[in-house]
Amino acid sequence: MSTATTTALQASLIELIRVTSTVLPRDVVTAVAAGKKQETAGTNAAYALDVIDCNIGLAKTTSQPLCQDTGSILVYVHTPVGYDQITFEETFIEAVKEATVKGYLRQNSVDSITGKNSGNNIGPGAPDFHFHQWREDHVEVKLMLKGGGCENVGATYTLPNAKFGGRDLKGVENAILDCVLQAQGQGCGPGILGVGIGGDRVSGMACAKEQLLRTLDDTNDDPVLSELEQRIINKANQSGIGPMGFGGKTTLMGCKIGKRNRVPASFFVSISYMCWAFRRQGITLAADGNTTKWLY
Amino acid sequence: MAVISLTTPITEAQIRTLKVGDTVEITGRLYTGRDAVHHRLHHGEKPPVDLAGHIIYHCGPVMVKDRDKWLCKGAGPTTSSREEPYQWEVMRDHGIRGVIGKGGMGPKTLEGCVKYGCVYLHAIGGAAQVAAQKITRVDGVDWMDLGSPEAIWHLWVEKFPCIVTMDSHGNSLHKQVFEASAAALEKLKA
Repeated sequence: MSTATTTALQASLIELIRVTSTVLPRDVVTAVAAGKKQETAGTNAAYALDVIDCNIGLAKTTSQPLCQDTGSILVYVHTPVGYDQITFEETFIEAVKEATVKGYLRQNSVDSITGKNSGNNIGPGAPDFHFHQWREDHVEVKLMLKGGGCENVGATYTLPNAKFGGRDLKGVENAILDCVLQAQGQGCGPGILGVGIGGDRVSGMACAKEQLLRTLDDTNDDPVLSELEQRIINKANQSGIGPMGFGGKTTLMGCKIGKRNRVPASFFVSISYMCWAFRRQGITLAADGNTTKWLY
Repeated sequence: MAVISLTTPITEAQIRTLKVGDTVEITGRLYTGRDAVHHRLHHGEKPPVDLAGHIIYHCGPVMVKDRDKWLCKGAGPTTSSREEPYQWEVMRDHGIRGVIGKGGMGPKTLEGCVKYGCVYLHAIGGAAQVAAQKITRVDGVDWMDLGSPEAIWHLWVEKFPCIVTMDSHGNSLHKQVFEASAAALEKLKA
């Protein structure tokens, strides 16, 4: 990659990080507005959604982080065959360092044994890169900033389970709803679930997180999973947990479910809980490193 | 909703008047303290500031240094349940009158609130800018060796909004919502 290209690429990536951290994607803004309409004026639930709505506007106008926990930096990259991934990764790391200095990202990378904060968001496993090749002629970068509060309330269930049921749709549904119950307001609801049925402990959760790259208004191609997604949302919203766990009607704004084949011995239901501050954005890049399109 | 104004430091008598569901606005000093701070206090380290009558804010803010001045770029609450093993001790040993956080806390903390005269105040999780707007000054920082998000930041706030979700009379909104939602979901079970 030429110096001019890496310079342009770094600028594009810093802007991607800034927008992801400060501007909520359209589909999520629409879902928050729909939630606001459902709640009764004067309740704690309506108050919480009013504050959330106000915060969305403030973060955008001040160009400051929506949430102070700018989270794990999850990067999903599709590249044409032969693209220089090593230089991309090095350039992304430089962009993260600069975005941290500018205050778009909090210093969020901590050594798990010594407790030392690297101070620049870089360290083993941070950022978390997922590279894939594709047959298209351009690079696509999708970014999620996932806060620790919502990450902590995610869970992996194994079926069968005496409380939830067997290795069937009923067992899966009960496990997912238990996750919603246990999360209460701790994951900063109203939340969005990414669910992976099957796979192993890594690929199941990877599948769950990839579901969060879908827009909230899309429809699952698999009719069985599509129906399950709707059922989970309907039931969760009858639980009365509500925004922030204050009580109310808006507990989930979305549920996105994927599946992976499993080995006969295992049956995992992996659930990744995303907070209302759903920071997800993406761009496509021209060969010269400039942004050509915003994806959400 | 009537809004109750609180100015730190706060007396026990004032705290005892608060009930679950009350909306409050806090003016004065707040000290941030989260996982690493509670861990240190639990191991007997003396806090670098006098916490008596004050409120601990479970928060790891985004801070940027502009020459000699700290600027707060975002400062919403973090999940409080991680401090459940320690919070009651901080109430007992350091005389705090309130904790601000999100997601609520458990029975040990609720018992501490009753016994030592303290409340749990819920801010809106994720709303870093609404919170940051109410922070008018950053007056200092201690224990920076813990890293910026874990340090004790001395924040000055004006009309910082919260809802009382655990009071000093043994009431917890979190307990109520958990029990009601568990019963509702049990009925909806597949």
